[in-house]
Amino acid sequence: MTSKHHILSYCKIRNNTITLNEGVVFHEEDNSDFPTFIKSAYHHLETAYPKFFKMDDLSKLAFLATDILLKNEQLDEQNDNNIAVVFSNRASSLETDRAHQKTIQNSENYYPSPAIFVYTLPNICIGEISIKHKLYSENSFFIFDNFNADHLFDYANSLLEDRKADKVLCGWVEFDANHYDAFIYLVDKNGSIEHTPQTILKLYNT
Amino acid sequence: MEELKQELKAKIVEQLNLEDVAVEDIANDDMLFGDGLGLDSIDALELIVMLDRDYGIKLTDPKQGRAIFESVDTMAAYISEHKTK
Repeated sequence: MTSKHHILSYCKIRNNTITLNEGVVFHEEDNSDFPTFIKSAYHHLETAYPKFFKMDDLSKLAFLATDILLKNEQLDEQNDNNIAVVFSNRASSLETDRAHQKTIQNSENYYPSPAIFVYTLPNICIGEISIKHKLYSENSFFIFDNFNADHLFDYANSLLEDRKADKVLCGWVEFDANHYDAFIYLVDKNGSIEHTPQTILKLYNT
Repeated sequence: MEELKQELKAKIVEQLNLEDVAVEDIANDDMLFGDGLGLDSIDALELIVMLDRDYGIKLTDPKQGRAIFESVDTMAAYISEHKTK
């Protein structure tokens, strides 16, 4: 299958390692938990966005992967912000839903936390990204049993062909208990990697 | 009262996840919102929950919060006068 569009770049966060395209940009040797790992990565990569620490883990994961990718592209924030966002995962916001449940479990100690509750939807992470990068474009968050390259491919193509966006930020951001996995890629008219379901799947799996 | 103010500063830093702020960075009369610590509307709701949970104070009128949460000084004064636990 040929494609009119291309993948400009991609970022992965998994197994205490962050990669941008082929290169490792951050790695933590020890088996630190996710909060420790992502905090170290935030400081190492000089993210400088204090609101990061108010986010839930899913949003931290999606935000950092996207921030690394978009900073690397050095886009003009005023003119290159017609970027649609199409994310997906399996667990939705389940981890944060569990945290919220804990705050309302006991009727004798019923103090739901507003700061937790606001993250009990998976697409909130897209909001955090849109605020930081001033994106006002189309966005969607899909829930699948597994990574679905075909759907992401079709949806991104549709947005680009219908001129709903100039670029599409696509990917998979999963956070559930101790498991996390982010794979974010940017689709554009130009680029060196052909945008096909096979290529997307290959990049995700390698 | 000074002990309560230190307690409030620690709670603000910890519960509002102010990663780049240390307890000793907060002056008693620093503005908590706006140009001060820069807290937002969700932080304000968290502070309302904290008053209820930790001090037994229920704010029925959200407008009250504006004056109560102006600074650590104003929070401590209100809590000292109204706490039920």
